[in-house]
Amino acid sequence: MMEQILANGLYLGAQYALIALGLTLIFSLMNVLNFAHGQMYVFGGFVTYTVVAQLGLPFTVGLLASAVVLAVMGALIERFLFRPVIARSKRDESTMLLAAGIAFFLDAVILLLFGEKQRGVPKVVNGVFNWDMRLIMPYDRILIAALAVALIVGFILFMQYSRTGRAMRALAQDRMAAQLMGVDVDRYSMIGFALGAMLAGLVGGLLVTITGINLGMGGPTSVKAFLMIMIGGAGVISGAIAGGFILGMMESIGLTVLAAYGDVTYLVIFVTLMIFLAIRPQGLMGKPWG
Amino acid sequence: MTDQTQSVPQSRLSPTRLVGVLAFLVAVFVLVPAFIALTGRWDFYYTLTSVALLSVAAAGVWLTFYIGRINIGQGAYALTGGYVSAILITQYGVSFWLTLPLAGIFCAAVSVLIGLPILRLRGVYFAMVTLVLTEVARLTALALPVTNGAKGITSIPLPGELSILGLTIIPDFATLANPKLAFYLMAAVLMAVTYLVLWRIVNSRLGHLCRSLQQNEELSASIGVNTAMLRVLAYAISSFFGGLAGAIFVAISQSIYPSSFVVQDSVNFMLYCFLGGLGYVFGPMLGTLLLYFGWDLLSVAKQYQLLIYSGALIALMLVLPNGVLSLFDRKGGRK
Repeated sequence: MMEQILANGLYLGAQYALIALGLTLIFSLMNVLNFAHGQMYVFGGFVTYTVVAQLGLPFTVGLLASAVVLAVMGALIERFLFRPVIARSKRDESTMLLAAGIAFFLDAVILLLFGEKQRGVPKVVNGVFNWDMRLIMPYDRILIAALAVALIVGFILFMQYSRTGRAMRALAQDRMAAQLMGVDVDRYSMIGFALGAMLAGLVGGLLVTITGINLGMGGPTSVKAFLMIMIGGAGVISGAIAGGFILGMMESIGLTVLAAYGDVTYLVIFVTLMIFLAIRPQGLMGKPWG
Repeated sequence: MTDQTQSVPQSRLSPTRLVGVLAFLVAVFVLVPAFIALTGRWDFYYTLTSVALLSVAAAGVWLTFYIGRINIGQGAYALTGGYVSAILITQYGVSFWLTLPLAGIFCAAVSVLIGLPILRLRGVYFAMVTLVLTEVARLTALALPVTNGAKGITSIPLPGELSILGLTIIPDFATLANPKLAFYLMAAVLMAVTYLVLWRIVNSRLGHLCRSLQQNEELSASIGVNTAMLRVLAYAISSFFGGLAGAIFVAISQSIYPSSFVVQDSVNFMLYCFLGGLGYVFGPMLGTLLLYFGWDLLSVAKQYQLLIYSGALIALMLVLPNGVLSLFDRKGGRK
């Protein structure tokens, strides 16, 4: 029982953390709360679905296609939408209207391109891992969780050791100082946005093999991603990962423990979070006041 | 910084401004009913009633923007207000007209309790918490016995007669030949009063204090402004408007469900404020009219409705990032 809950929590947490990473990266670089993050995730899922289920290409190709399509989309959105609006608006919050508009727009595009039906692709690997009936988990879930963890590790290494990653961290720390030190702020904002969108697309591609994907998943996914970065602290990479795993764990525990009381898991999670934020407004690892 | 310059002409009731207000009132109370009677587009009443009510709730959101907080939780208060009214009417037989202020006051009280801790948050943190608040309200409505879960509360009677000392002020809606017109007039009156109140607040001492909060909270606290009290006060007024609008919506649809107001609605309230312009008292009203009415008119585009709507939204943002009313800035700031 216990093992099963923990395993489910880790599996959920790995995907959640990956979603939160993209959102927090965009937030830390541009101070933009990307409302369209959930829609980007759904879009990524549909790209993989199209490549794998309709064109009959291997799953790896589908994942790559999701990554590339979303990265390009992210870069274009930053260059032609966010950059001009940020430059001209009097208040930072104006970007939220833009982000919400983009979320609607992506919803409309997804509806027109892919329809409103639930879509999925065949399992990547078959079989179920069974440890003495104490822990049961299909192999494909284990594979997806492992891939997600590998992507998280890869992302951290990239941010830590590559030149681009260093530049983006400098930008997140202090935009002005980074600019004075000769960092090409515009270029790295664009790369960062592309990277964040790419991560969302990759999770979509990974999950389409298990839970499938549909149009309605965008909004709720965004809300969950907001939760995670609130728990961990907005704009902090370690915080996003912690937030993702904590939310995954809480969901897994809640669904088992609170099952007797009806569908109250998320109510309990929300209320807990509000009490937590009242005590520690910046989340676990965030800087005070973002 | 943006509002200081614009508030100066606003605070004086110049002749041109008076004419503008009169023209607005004539348009709302005479021209619109006349137009609908002539064209026979009775469905416009429902749309315009919704616009008026939504703009009341949006006025509240705008006030929280005015103290520098991004409020994406108005849906929670609209839902709460709706449930308070529905429960009082169906289970305790209270008159609709009495439940209206009660719903508003209940929401204001709840918002004080919630606001005390969460108003310490700023920027996106506050925005995200309020977003979650809408979900909390929905899930609470699903879980509580008094709200009747997912089945909601249905067949709520229409607003009854309102009379003082036997003198009928508002007739029983059920006896009216045209309750649509009655609802429209009620919503329009409420909207006019709400924006009058909002305009008074902004141009009072309270409004100036709110602006100081928007610009720099530390500085404002350091010169003796009770920022904590002010924040809660603004948030409570905002939630009052939300509850009021929610209660009337329930009276119109005669039913309420946990999903009557969802995250999407809360986001929409925020969008109405942005689109009209955060620096203008009448911004949320215009934003609501443009977005809600525009969405309604675009239904002729069928499956491309959302695409055109969101495309227009993005384009407007690119052209006028400070709201539609910023158009008038260059001409000396009319509205």
